[in-house]
Amino acid sequence: MSDTLVDYDEAVRRYDPVIGLEVHVELGTVTKMFDGAEQSFGDEPNTQITPVSLGLPGALPVVNGTAVEYAVRIGLALGCSIAPSCRFARKHYFYPDLTKNFQTSQYDEPIAADGHVDIELADGTPFTVAIERAHMEEDAGKNTHVGGQGGRIHGATYSLVDYNRAGVPLVEIVTRPIVGAGALAPEVARAYVQTLRDMFRALGVSEARMERGNVRADVNVSLRPTPDAPLGTRTETKNVNSFRSIERAVRYEISRQAAILDAGGTIVQETRHWHEDRGITSAGRVKSDAEDYRYMPEPDLVPIVCDPAWIEQIRLSLPELPAARRRRLTDEWGYAEPEMRDVVNAGALDLIEATVAAGASPAAARKWWMGELARTAKTQEVDLGDLPITPEQIGALQRLVDAGRLTDKLARQVLEGVLAGEGDPEQVLVARGLEVVSDDGPLLEAIDAALAAQPDVAAKVRGGNLGPVGAIIGAVMKATRGQADAARVRELVLERVQA
Amino acid sequence: MATLSRDEVARVAALARIDLSPTELDRLAGELEVIVQSVTRVSEVATPDVPATSHPLPLSNVFRADVPVAPLDRDEVLAGAPAALDGKFLVPQILGEEA
Repeated sequence: MSDTLVDYDEAVRRYDPVIGLEVHVELGTVTKMFDGAEQSFGDEPNTQITPVSLGLPGALPVVNGTAVEYAVRIGLALGCSIAPSCRFARKHYFYPDLTKNFQTSQYDEPIAADGHVDIELADGTPFTVAIERAHMEEDAGKNTHVGGQGGRIHGATYSLVDYNRAGVPLVEIVTRPIVGAGALAPEVARAYVQTLRDMFRALGVSEARMERGNVRADVNVSLRPTPDAPLGTRTETKNVNSFRSIERAVRYEISRQAAILDAGGTIVQETRHWHEDRGITSAGRVKSDAEDYRYMPEPDLVPIVCDPAWIEQIRLSLPELPAARRRRLTDEWGYAEPEMRDVVNAGALDLIEATVAAGASPAAARKWWMGELARTAKTQEVDLGDLPITPEQIGALQRLVDAGRLTDKLARQVLEGVLAGEGDPEQVLVARGLEVVSDDGPLLEAIDAALAAQPDVAAKVRGGNLGPVGAIIGAVMKATRGQADAARVRELVLERVQA
Repeated sequence: MATLSRDEVARVAALARIDLSPTELDRLAGELEVIVQSVTRVSEVATPDVPATSHPLPLSNVFRADVPVAPLDRDEVLAGAPAALDGKFLVPQILGEEA
């Protein structure tokens, strides 16, 4: 059964979309949230398990202090206030991804609340997303559904569970309803999660690898007829795990809900599933009793009291966040805003920074990464950072240009050699014999030969008509196979004819 | 004065996946009512200046260093599983929800 959809542009003309995001990030601690089992990715199933991971009778959880510190870092980076005191709660539900029949989470006392994140859309439009809260909880195990049609859940004959991930520390970040984005809502959703991902990495609290599920988003979407109408009924699309999918899921829900409302129907408040392959959402469970999680304070854990001095100490230790870093580098490097945006979108910021550190000017570093190398990456369909060349090599290459040992043209040939695995720029230069002919002797020989070969031109130039001097320079460049510095050749030609 | 209806008991039982017969519902509604009444009396004594507690001990910030411990042997882990396959817990098919 496929949904009726309204053309996206039409949908956002008729309705005002409101979105909300719940982003889960797995913290990069060594061990789990409440027990000393190691976090593992790709280990043999059920090999990182303690009695606490399994919730065996008598097993008692103890909070991982590092995870709390990471949560505070995230809270502060989000501009949240950190709760002076907070607690864990049991969230009860029956699903075999946790053995305890509850998830240890936080409910009415999250560790951080009331913040905001400034984001920038691809075209540079700024947008601010208000954060309601960030709380700590544990991840659940991984289910594999076996049997049935294509392994989907309906028709599965049984499920297999690996609890290695059960108990891995998570921080869940919940936005307030994001209003005012209009037709840009899908792009805002994407940019927001991207900004968070960059932030997690900068904070050093998570590797934040989307493809490993380190960062997962639940996407809420509702429509209302006008921006001043009350919020419409929302759907929640669970576990959307790539930036592109986040954008697509929001778009899809807007088109789907608009069709229902157009037909005079009502939106069902429900959980929906995202199908990456088909780019659609489908209905999951209806939110009714299932939403009654019977939260209660976790009696096995004591409250967390964050000393204000400790919070300040963490605040002072926070690294420069991506947005601030971009602003600083834009100033330092003298880039125009759109130039910087292109650099960021191309994933070249770190590369350029390292290239500048390796001795290239910011302008030269940008020219290499956004020019020749960006084209190569595009042709080879790889990310810039995956090209077989390092910022240090680009720095070394540019230093050769700056020292006059390579012209731009020769430098591109050296670059080619480095990319082909022929070694560092210096090695390629020597091996391919590409160095600029800087000794005047061979140049003068070539100039004399050129003048002799083109007596008409030589006569004109000698007569003070400098127009045709290019012909001589061209001949010299050809004779030296491009390895001469054209400006120097010109100087020498003029000296020669005036002598 | 809190009262507990039979319907509320049925709902709580359903949430806890406890199958109760009509006779049990009647009996438990009465028994739970007594408990609710008792808790209500405690609530009457608790004034706003008494902070809510979730723990009997006056403790906070009991933390563990982020240092690994030896995990259980997988055979031990799976010893309590009703069924296992390929090193994983085998559970009945899950209906109505997707992971």
